[in-house]
Amino acid sequence: MKKEFFPYPEEIIKHFKNPKGLGKLKNADAVGKAGNILCGDTLWCYIKVSEKKGKEIIKDIKMEVFGCLVAIGISSLLTQMVKGKTIDEVLEIKKEDILKKTGPLPPIKVHCSVLALDALHEAIYNYFLKKGKKVPDKLNKIHERVIKTLKEIEKRHREFLKLEEKLR
Amino acid sequence: MDYAATTPVDPRVLKVMLPYFSKKFGNSMSLYSLGREAKKALEDSREKIANLINANSNEIIFTGSATESNNLAIKGVAFANREKGKHIIVSSIEDHCILNSVEWLKKQGFEVTYLKVDKFGMVDLNELENSIRKDTILVSVMHANNEIGTIEPIKEIGEICKEHGVYFHTDAAQSFGKILVDVEKFNVDLLTASSHKIYGPKGVGCLFVREGIKIEPLLHGGGHEFGLRSSTVNVAGIVGFAEAAEIAKKEMKREGKRLEKLRRKLEKGILKIENSHLNGHPEKRLPNISNFWFDFIEGEALVMYLDQKGIAASTGSACSSESLEPSHVLLAIGLKPHQAQGSLRLSIGRFTKDKEVNYVLKVLPEVVEKLRKISPFKGKWS
Repeated sequence: MKKEFFPYPEEIIKHFKNPKGLGKLKNADAVGKAGNILCGDTLWCYIKVSEKKGKEIIKDIKMEVFGCLVAIGISSLLTQMVKGKTIDEVLEIKKEDILKKTGPLPPIKVHCSVLALDALHEAIYNYFLKKGKKVPDKLNKIHERVIKTLKEIEKRHREFLKLEEKLR
Repeated sequence: MDYAATTPVDPRVLKVMLPYFSKKFGNSMSLYSLGREAKKALEDSREKIANLINANSNEIIFTGSATESNNLAIKGVAFANREKGKHIIVSSIEDHCILNSVEWLKKQGFEVTYLKVDKFGMVDLNELENSIRKDTILVSVMHANNEIGTIEPIKEIGEICKEHGVYFHTDAAQSFGKILVDVEKFNVDLLTASSHKIYGPKGVGCLFVREGIKIEPLLHGGGHEFGLRSSTVNVAGIVGFAEAAEIAKKEMKREGKRLEKLRRKLEKGILKIENSHLNGHPEKRLPNISNFWFDFIEGEALVMYLDQKGIAASTGSACSSESLEPSHVLLAIGLKPHQAQGSLRLSIGRFTKDKEVNYVLKVLPEVVEKLRKISPFKGKWS
């Protein structure tokens, strides 16, 4: 096949062309949502958790994406990275681990990897709440940041609407 | 499906250009026969372009692009007339080369008024008239918009400017060669046209500057182009531009009708997709540009999946821009950012056939469906 030029890493393109693990997961145990203030991309993450030898494992995961090529590629990649891993392991994943798999992204697109990870961690947070379990400190911190970001989006949106009314 | 971005060079154009790369390679400033040959080709081309827009040949300045023409018009007029005033009026849906030029002028002490547009992208003539001040030196409103294709009331704007004694510039990069452009009829003082949008080579544009208009050059040097644009003349490119313009003019009526028919078929088919919307003016629009938005999906992903299927298109989505901001044109006509995210521009041209429109109508609904399947938003935004 002719080699095409893309401004994004090959791994991302591969996943974009043939995405895996995208869509809605039926009978999910928990859902996590994340959006980004800069471009308005929105990601929802569904997880199904099962216990094996006393450990909680992500048995299945699916993501829904309203976003660009990189957001779609990373979401697909992340679902494949996470499936079958324990929750403890998944909580250790950082954006750098994703970037290690993809290769460097244009700086303007790095937030897409943060976004996918946020949605995943939110899903785990909601899973803990649902099960009445104590949420690890680290996860609480992530949750606070995600909520703050979402509030900023809403605020920005409200300001935008106000500005629009003023202009009309 | 992206002829509004650029067009291939028509084989007829390439044929007349070729000798000027090799055998007739002279510098139009040289005195010997090779130079005079180049000079003649340059002046013949100038004459051709002038005739096409109803101007005199000494009113045509060849440049390196429409962007350069727009920069020359805006900055050149601003600096030559700053004793008269420092106020400039532009529409809010101009190309970035106009908007960024006036933004830069603001830093040099000029003042700028941006005209709003309605939901179809039309400027309001009353607002324009009310915006003109004693110190207004220039109004710049594009002839037809590059994203949504809306055609502005140029003739009326020209009349208002003439009445108030204000220079009027129009960016006709998208309209020139596709619909009638007549500087007398439109009362324009300066007009930008481009070669690569009309099957001519890239790297050539021109600016019409009405005789008597006060304007400063941006490029100083050997005094080419009546002292307004020094640079060794790109003779091959200019010859190609003139040939492309002549062909476009000759075929305009028939080709315009053909394209409009194809475009309407395309739009009718695409709007059958659920939650799809047409942007731009329903009637006063270029024959070749359609702009849509599809709810619940993002434009860059849409464009890239279409690319996989061999369809070239463009989007006003924030994700596809360097600034992560959605298209200023789509926001100006009242789209919310998440709606502009799902926008798609399809533009057809000389080599688009019925077969290609049918292919798009088959593939596009499938791609939209594919993206909606993976979108968190199903049938509503929540």
